[in-house]
Amino acid sequence: MAPLLQVENLTIGFPRAEPVRDLSFEVSAGETLAIVGESGSGKSLTALALMQLLPRTARVTSGRIVFDDRDLLGLDAREMRQLRGREIAMIFQEPMTSLNPVMSIGWQIGEVLKVHEKLSGRAARERAIELLRLVRIPAAEKRVDDYPHQLSGGMRQRVMIAMAVACRPKLLIADEPTTALDVTIQAQVLDLLDTLRRELQMAVVLITHDLGVVAQWADKVVVMYAGRKVEQALPGDLFNDPLHPYTRGLLSASPRLKSDFHYLSGRLTEIPGSIVSAAGEAGCPFRPRCRQARASCGHQVPPLIAQTPERLVACPFTSSLKAVPDAASLSL
Amino acid sequence: MPVLIRIARTLRRTLLQAVPTILGIVILNFFLLQLAPGDAADVLAGEAGSATEESVAALRARFGLDSPVLEQLATYLGNLAQFSLGFSPRYGMPVADLIAQRLPGTLTLMAVALLIAILLGVILGSLMATFAGRIPDRLLSVFSLLFYSIPSFWIGLMLIVLFSVKLGWLPSGGAGTIGSQLKGFPALLDKARYMVLPATSLALFYVAIYARLTRAAMLEVKNQDFVRTAYAKGLTPFGVTARHILRNALIPITTMAGMHIGGMLGGAVVVETVYSWPGLGRLAFEAVMGRDFTVLLGILLLSSLLVIIANAAVDLVHAWLDPRIGAR
Repeated sequence: MAPLLQVENLTIGFPRAEPVRDLSFEVSAGETLAIVGESGSGKSLTALALMQLLPRTARVTSGRIVFDDRDLLGLDAREMRQLRGREIAMIFQEPMTSLNPVMSIGWQIGEVLKVHEKLSGRAARERAIELLRLVRIPAAEKRVDDYPHQLSGGMRQRVMIAMAVACRPKLLIADEPTTALDVTIQAQVLDLLDTLRRELQMAVVLITHDLGVVAQWADKVVVMYAGRKVEQALPGDLFNDPLHPYTRGLLSASPRLKSDFHYLSGRLTEIPGSIVSAAGEAGCPFRPRCRQARASCGHQVPPLIAQTPERLVACPFTSSLKAVPDAASLSL
Repeated sequence: MPVLIRIARTLRRTLLQAVPTILGIVILNFFLLQLAPGDAADVLAGEAGSATEESVAALRARFGLDSPVLEQLATYLGNLAQFSLGFSPRYGMPVADLIAQRLPGTLTLMAVALLIAILLGVILGSLMATFAGRIPDRLLSVFSLLFYSIPSFWIGLMLIVLFSVKLGWLPSGGAGTIGSQLKGFPALLDKARYMVLPATSLALFYVAIYARLTRAAMLEVKNQDFVRTAYAKGLTPFGVTARHILRNALIPITTMAGMHIGGMLGGAVVVETVYSWPGLGRLAFEAVMGRDFTVLLGILLLSSLLVIIANAAVDLVHAWLDPRIGAR
């Protein structure tokens, strides 16, 4: 069976930069794909490209986005609008500002149903109440007339989710859905997303920089660095045996509860330098920050090597890296 | 129900605040007008041409113009306390009647002008924001700058030259065909024809302001996250603009419109004079020329009332436009 979403060699260009380069990944129906990477790695732009909502100055310069056997880049504006909100939905990072402050949440949820399912005002309101119940908002029939400023951050994100799943989309793109929320609320929201994914049989593209989120909720992980995919793996493999030096750096830079490591017993390691150093780099974009960089790394962008069908890594020196004592200490 | 309570509370607060404000305005204006040289008796005597010292003194005594300033003020305030605006020496009738005759004309003129200004301003501003930085935006910007900088009396005269003198489409002045026996809809149409030019010349300045304001507000709202959410729902660009951007952008515009109601009364003086429109503005102008301070004070009092009411109305519109505001 063909995957639900197929992104092939996607390149996104601004007039002076290419923030996403040659990116490929697939998402099957009902699957959760996590895209991780630090700020500036091109995750959010990738998400916006899937919705065809890129900022005005950015455009997809090459590649294909095939969704449900349709090439999204070939669709005209009207066809794309019919897809947005109905078959592909998106929730954003900032629940505080992503809802219109001057309209009730019920109206905002209902609007998407009016547009795509031609529901009347009253029917849309009824469905909005049902959807609020679905996202576990208590006293939904009262809350439906509330305005965004009357809700907490977690509640607003639930409203965003209700809005996104209103038309039972096949694909839900969640762009850092929990970054702006309290840690306790984060887990609730992600659990809710996961439950809805199973109930509604949606595929989810989860964009995050939180490795804890990846470990718990993803079926498949793509690690991005400076607009390129540097590693792809199943979450278990990624955490037990990170291959790319960047992934190793990321993992060693995040505290983990399972190990006996504690922040009192030593500093967390960090990846030296900044992602800005990737600009203008002819070879491996990670080279300026990589401890294992060699002269050959600067010659060309390392191709993705398939270790197994699920396991891709864009570094030719992964096997020899394990011998480096410094790297071994990273796999905490 | 909570909406009604909120409205009632707003009105009560406005009313309580209005009393000292109006009192202050009356007293201040009273002293300001005393500073102007001459009084109604001088002007009346001058116009009569044959006045003697005695007749002028008699006039002064009749209208209480010869008593000390503070006593005049006390008399005026005493009249006000009995809801009387005093008596006009020049027109020989109570000021309240005089104003009541002229008020409807000015109110309709202002309402029509404000409506034109807001409607046209918002439409033009939306167009400018949609085409921001491109040719339609640039062209409209030039026009709005022109309307903003040209004084309204000149626009008024030019409109008369074009539409009344050259084209002969619209009447050049007045408020209705004199001696016409029209009734019902034709009468309304007749009045509307006389309304077009004065309302337009009064509105153009404000059209320019609202267009620029709408443009700025919409460009600001356009970049907010909820607009992206609206697009992500699959709305058309028009749907996003009309339902999500415009409503948020209207908030600053209503604020300005409320503040402009007072300014429009000032503009009405000029426009009503140019078009010999029988309104308060022209009455104020005539009162100044005739040193008829009771009339002028009455008009100023009424204008301040109008501004206070307009501000209260704006508060209510705000509470309706933006649910976050109502919580005070």
